[in-house]
Amino acid sequence: MDIINLITIFILAVFVGNEIINKVPPTLHTPLMSGSNAISGIAIVGALLAITMDGELSTYLGLAALICATVNVVGGFLVTDRMLKMFKKK
Amino acid sequence: MMNQTDIQNLLYLISAIGFIVGIKRLSHPKTARSGNFLASLGMLVAIIATLTSGANFDWQLIALGVGIGSILGIVIAARVEMTQMPQMVAIFNGLGGAASGFVASSEYFSGSDSSYIIMCLSVLIGTLTFSGSFIAFGKLQGFISGRAITFTGQQAINALIFTSMIALLSAHNFSLLPNDTIFYTITVLALILGIGLTIPIGGADMPVVISLLNSYSGIAAAATGFLLGNNALIISGSLVGASGLILTNIMCKGMNRSLANVIFGAVGATPTGGDSDQKGMNIKSYSTTEAAMILDAAEKIIIVPGYGLAVAQAQHVAREVADTLEAQGKKVLYAIHPVAGRMPGHMNVLLAEANVSYDLLKDLDEINPEFEDCDVALILGANDVVNPAARHDKSSPIYGMPILNVDKSRTVIINKRSMNPGFAGVQNELFGYDNSIMVFGDAKDMLNDLLKEIKEL
Repeated sequence: MDIINLITIFILAVFVGNEIINKVPPTLHTPLMSGSNAISGIAIVGALLAITMDGELSTYLGLAALICATVNVVGGFLVTDRMLKMFKKK
Repeated sequence: MMNQTDIQNLLYLISAIGFIVGIKRLSHPKTARSGNFLASLGMLVAIIATLTSGANFDWQLIALGVGIGSILGIVIAARVEMTQMPQMVAIFNGLGGAASGFVASSEYFSGSDSSYIIMCLSVLIGTLTFSGSFIAFGKLQGFISGRAITFTGQQAINALIFTSMIALLSAHNFSLLPNDTIFYTITVLALILGIGLTIPIGGADMPVVISLLNSYSGIAAAATGFLLGNNALIISGSLVGASGLILTNIMCKGMNRSLANVIFGAVGATPTGGDSDQKGMNIKSYSTTEAAMILDAAEKIIIVPGYGLAVAQAQHVAREVADTLEAQGKKVLYAIHPVAGRMPGHMNVLLAEANVSYDLLKDLDEINPEFEDCDVALILGANDVVNPAARHDKSSPIYGMPILNVDKSRTVIINKRSMNPGFAGVQNELFGYDNSIMVFGDAKDMLNDLLKEIKEL
């Protein structure tokens, strides 16, 4: 894809991120961090594609990426849910 | 008619919407859980979009990777204690960086025709995040000294590494060195730079570092997105990057430090003298019985928890004390300083775990006006964040740091194990104030005694 298009998307996403994250109250900052750990596990998409790349070395590097990213995705979303469950109002 | 790529990009868009709306729902504890669920659905859509792209997948290998990763993820998520959350986030930041770095190297070794510079940058950011995060983890876990590790010429070395990287990347432009040599050297230098940038940072500044590395892990994912020309990675990566930067900024403000000062300042390398002499301070040591009597006469009580409370695992009994006081018709609130825990929002999670209702947890701006008509401020394991010297003593290392104005309360009850100074290495003048009384002892033992006394009164 055209590099300018990619940069456009990147910059706009940073602005969106800035808007929505500023509205997260301090009380939820830890779940926000673990949740964003899970979201940065989006590298899993890159990992899945990397596994299909040419060459044995590339395949195994892709596998290593897949393991790391899956830990982030699975662990990140589960632990965030575990924390958010504890926030109760009496 | 839409082709395969269009459908795939549309699915990535849906996934990005899932992340954005998911984070949006984190703006309130009531909707937060559904937000997290929505974000996880977004991730599922992104994975499905990738797997249905028609590429030639080795399903066995994918099952292996996802299997190992899922088991590790499930075990970590189920086992980690709430006090260990900073360590876990540090590990996850590192894995995020590693994943991006591995993807970029995989792309490189496959002989891809992607931009060489973007490949190098992607590996650089990923590797730096990885090594930095694991040093941060080691410091938090106590494998590595929590003190700032410094030596002469440290910053010169970091600067040298950084300039070498730029020089190497420009060398590529003029084909001065073989591509492989540049790629390997940059990877190794990034590994060293990650360590070099993290070891000089002291334990008290860890919340800033974890937030910053969180941001890096997002930027690493975004860089991989540029490499693969993939919108999903760019959007999610920049959301995480923005989130980490915002939290970094909040933590810096909470300590009245600039980011540059945290990274290069090396505060806490040696215990600073500051105002550490206790001469002239009139310390009044009270028993729990006397403290219970003061609380009995109070109507409005604000509890100020510090990390010491969580270390002593005393947050549950603190909540019991608060519940008992509430049952007696008193108003009880909790004052949470931005840097009360070891990472942003850490103290809130620790108190939520102890079943404290989230509407009682007040942040700095909300709670400070409340101290004016407060009868008792009960300080449990907090120190620097309640030191009034931050407001007026220009010679104090913590001068200018926003603090909880506990000294405005009628009485301040401070529980501490000893008179040892806090993280910043400064003695707290609050302890000698006329309206301050000290109750020495382990937080858990003290609160258990206090609970008994209050119930008996």
